[in-house]
Parts: sequence; C-alpha cells; structure tokens
Amino acid sequence: MKTQWLQYTGHALSILIVSATFAIAQTPEERGLEIAREAERRDTGFGDLKAELNMVLRNQHGQETQRQMRVRTLEQEDDGDKSLIIFDNPGDVKGTAFLSFTHRKKSDDQWLYLPALKRVKRIASSNKSGPFVGSEFAYEDIASQEVEKYTYRYVEDERFDERDHFVIERDPVDPKSGYRRQLVWIDQEEYRVWKVEFYDRKNTLLKTLTVSGYSQYIEQYWRAELWSMVNHKTGKSTELQWKGYVFSNGFKDRDFNRNSLAQAR
Amino acid sequence: MNILRILLVLVASAHAASAADLSWELGAEARLFPRDGLDGRQHGHNSSLYITPELFHDWGDQRLAFAPYLRWDQGDDERTQFDLRELYWRRSFDSADLYVGVRRVFWGVTESLHLVDIINQSDLAENLDGEDKLGQAMLQLTLLRDWGTLDLFVLPHFRERRFPGTQGRLRGPAVAEHTVYETDAEEWNPDLAARWSHILGDFDIGLGHFYGTSREPRFAPSGSSLAAHYDLLHQSSLELQYIRGDWLGKLEAVRRDGIDGTSLAAVGGFEYTQVGILGTNLDLGWVGEYQYDDRGAPFFPVGDNDIALGARLTFNDVQDTNVLFFAAIDTDKSSRFGSLEAARRMGTSGTLRLEARFFANLHPRDPLAALRRDDYAQLEYVHYF
Repeated sequence: MKTQWLQYTGHALSILIVSATFAIAQTPEERGLEIAREAERRDTGFGDLKAELNMVLRNQHGQETQRQMRVRTLEQEDDGDKSLIIFDNPGDVKGTAFLSFTHRKKSDDQWLYLPALKRVKRIASSNKSGPFVGSEFAYEDIASQEVEKYTYRYVEDERFDERDHFVIERDPVDPKSGYRRQLVWIDQEEYRVWKVEFYDRKNTLLKTLTVSGYSQYIEQYWRAELWSMVNHKTGKSTELQWKGYVFSNGFKDRDFNRNSLAQAR
Repeated sequence: MNILRILLVLVASAHAASAADLSWELGAEARLFPRDGLDGRQHGHNSSLYITPELFHDWGDQRLAFAPYLRWDQGDDERTQFDLRELYWRRSFDSADLYVGVRRVFWGVTESLHLVDIINQSDLAENLDGEDKLGQAMLQLTLLRDWGTLDLFVLPHFRERRFPGTQGRLRGPAVAEHTVYETDAEEWNPDLAARWSHILGDFDIGLGHFYGTSREPRFAPSGSSLAAHYDLLHQSSLELQYIRGDWLGKLEAVRRDGIDGTSLAAVGGFEYTQVGILGTNLDLGWVGEYQYDDRGAPFFPVGDNDIALGARLTFNDVQDTNVLFFAAIDTDKSSRFGSLEAARRMGTSGTLRLEARFFANLHPRDPLAALRRDDYAQLEYVHYF
C-alpha cells in the first residue's frame, strides 16, 4: 500500500515535472522564428555590398547559356535592402538595369531601365513567382529575404557534410508567391543557409537550391560562391557563380534611385 | 594594419574608377509592302542597314559618352542618315548631376503615345511609332532633393522632325520642302525646359514645362509645295502613375499655348500583368489607353479621340521571346491601326525582330489616310558585338 502510494506520487511528480518543462519549452513555430531571426541578426549591419555574377543556365539536354551581371546592394535600417542589377550580356540586354526596393510588410518597388528608349519603367512587383531572366530562380528567390515575409516552424536537426543544421519550414506570407512552403537547412554554428527545398502550390517538391563556397568577409558576414538551383519538374538548372564581393563601397540612397538607375553601367 | 588596408582600398579604387566600354550594334532590315504606294515615286519592297557604336568612359564622378548613328536605306534617300545621338560629358555631385552635350532624355509613363516626351525630336523616318528620337544638344542640371528630383534644361539647338522622303513609304501626302520658324534665331533659339518628379506613396508624379520651338511642325502650303512651320510653344505637362498589385494606372496630359491658341491633350489608361498564365512561365500584359487631343486644323492629330489596346506575351525563356499585339481605333472616324511585333534572341549576340503593321478603314480625311496602302511586314536582324 505504501509502495503503491509512493509510485503514484512518483508518477504525479514526473507528470508535473514534464508538464512544467512543456510550459517553458517553445512551440516549433516560435523556435523556427527564433532561428530565422538569429540568422538575420547575424547578417545585419553589412552596410553595402557589390558583387559580380555569372549565371549559367542549363536546359534538360545539358545545353548551356551564360549571362553576366553586376549586383549592388544597400542595406536599409528598418526595411529590406535596395538592390541594383546591371546586365552586361547578352548584347541585346547590355546596359539594361533593374532596381528593387524590398519591403518587409508591403509589395516591393521595382523599376527597369531600358537603354534603347532611355526609359525608366515602373513594373508591377506582384510578379515575384515569374522567372528572373529566364532562369530557374524566381524574382522572390533572389530578392533579399526578410523575416517578415514568412511564417516559420522548426522541423528537426540534421547533420550532413560534417555540419549540424536546423531544418525549418517557412511559408510565404504573400499569396502571390509561387510556393506553398520551403524547407531551409541552416547550420547551427554560423546560421548560414546551405539548402532550400521549394514546394509548389500543390505541395510537390519543385526545386532544390544548394549553396556552397562560403567565405567570411569583414570578419562577420558570410557570402557564398555558388548557388545551384535544380528544377525537378523540368530538369533544367541554373547556377549563380558569385565573385568579387566588395563591402564598404560607400553607397548611399542616392545611388539607388530612378536617376542613378538611368545612368547605371 | 589599418593603414595598409586603407592604401589597398585607395589603389583598388583608382583602378576601378577608370573604365571604358565600347559596344556595337548592327542591324539589317527587310521591309515588304504588299501594295504600291499612293504616289508613283514611292518605293516597293525595301532593305536597310544601320550601325551604331556606343562608347562610355567613366572616371571618378565623370562620364563621357559617344553614340553616333548611321543608316543606309535602299529606296529612300531621306531615310539614309547620320545622326549624333549622344556626345556628352556628365559630372556627378553629392546631390546633383550636370550634363553638357548631346543626349536623349525620356519623359513619360504611358505606352501607346508619349505625349509629354518633348525634349528630343522624333525621328519618323526611322519608324512610324515615334519611339526613335534624334540627339538633342543640351545643358542639363538635375537636382536631387527630399522634395523630389528637379531637371533643368537649356536646349540651344533645335532639330527638325525627320520624315520619310518623296520616295519613302509611311509618309504624309506631300513632303515639306521649306522650313519656317516663328523666331528670328531659327534653329538657334534657346529652348528652356524643367521637370519636377517625385514618388508619393503609390503615386509617381511629374510636372514639366517647356518654352521654346515646338517639336511638332505645322504644315502650310508654300507656293507650289509645302512648308513645315515650327512655332513657339509653352507646354505644361503632367505625368501621373499609380501602382497597386498587378495594376498600373497611367496618365499624361499637356496644355499647349502658342500661335494657334491654347489646346489640351491627354492619354491615360491602365497596364495589367497576368503572371504565369495557365500554369506556365508565360506572362501576359494588357494595356488599355484612351487618347484625346482637342486641336483641329492645321494639326489633325492622330490620337484625337482614340482607344489603344495592347497585349504583350512574355515567354520568360532563355531567348527572351516576346510578342506584342497593338491596336488603335479612332472612335470618331472608326479608322483602325494594328501592329504585331515579335522578338527573340538568336544565339548569344543577335536578335531577330518581326514587325507587321496595317491600316484599315481609313476615312479620306483621316490624318492617316495617306498611309492606307502602306501596310507592311518587316524582318530585322540585329547583331551586337
């Protein structure tokens, strides 16, 4: 009888302890958001950045096309980044430039400079799911990723390539997004993104992005050399080969407006 | 260690600051006219070539740009031309830009008609649609402020509008042989222009004013031929654009004041984009605009009470294939103008373009009446190197 009472107390106590632990522990949504916020926090404060990009587009037969462009980014204090992309080839798009103001809570502002007409044209940014220059990257894939654009859920930890990662699921907030959800692998040590799986509106795996060749700049910021996107549906792929990362360029808002867009070279 | 880093950055900037860039564009065009022109002197099927190099040299806050343009036309001597499209020096300051020389400036937001785009003269010999412009000499100061961007222009030299010659197609019933200016200074009358533009929330706004020789000629009989009269003009312009989701609302309006009195013209409408139609990567963009102009004789503007509709299909493929269908209907005279354009990249340095235009239902007194036998199809290959 006394043993049974002790057992019941033991059970009750263990239930109490377990419940208490649950009360303190985070929900997967909170954990996911926390990881996303930490990743953003670690990349905040870089100021400005410029880089050269060689884009290799491969079709399902392995045939390749290349495009070169230059990218400039200016961090904003309470909003998404401003970025300017200048196309260097092919010849017919040389001198074309694209300006984008990413916003956290509303649609991005985007402009296109058409050198043949010397015209700066405002474009509807609701086109985020469309392919960026015919590649496997959609506009929303290359835009600066802001925490507010998704809702998060922590899934699990996973180890590969001798690294420990957090796997989090993120669902785009914008109904215009081409994706239902994404799975993101973020390493636990430096909070860098190594892999992203993109699921379309029907929840089938559409594309996988693999990131590699990370280097650290100005002792804090990590940037990758290679982004490789494979489209499982079409068999096409696009590789973004980044080089020439330069920080602290002294860019100002004045370098990211319609006036500077029209003069971009 | 800090000093070394600073030195490295300085050296790197000195090298990066000086950059020259030369590119060439060469185009070959074949035009097919299924019918003979109204005037026996006008040519039939035609071919033409153009070449235009573009040179940029950037150093520090300065730039030098040079872009001459040369075209040879088989059938129309007037279409053969050499034009200096660009030759300017630009100096950038903290919140201002200064330009001296010949260049091209675009004003406007609408698609079917560029009503407020007054700085550069239109080259209608190149193409009927008025999107080709001649170089314009100018002194331009751009001021960048919190309250907007202010562009100020002094335009010291006037360029006459280019039209096809007597042997050319897609022209008016007669070719002007004399030019008459309202001012004594003629083409050396300095024209002045200013434009303020700003983004206010979801609105883009632009207010401009031009005072000088009107870019648009008024034709009047002169002896046994025709003279092109270029009168002085005060033109105030408004540009307004509203963006919301997939929609863009656009408006351009001008108020003109000159020797022929005061007139008003406007063009406005929408642009709507359907991203990824029918589950594909294709985008379909729709444009609908209404054109109004209250001028009567002697101008007879084309867009006086017209509806313009356009549909652009963008394939979003590696070759940047796109197709544009455009139609304009005059609601008074029920004349119709249709245009089909398609373009696709060939290889890595070429583009193939198709352009087909037709004129239908033209009333004899319609300003486009002289073009009623000038339906054409054009194939153009452009090579970039």
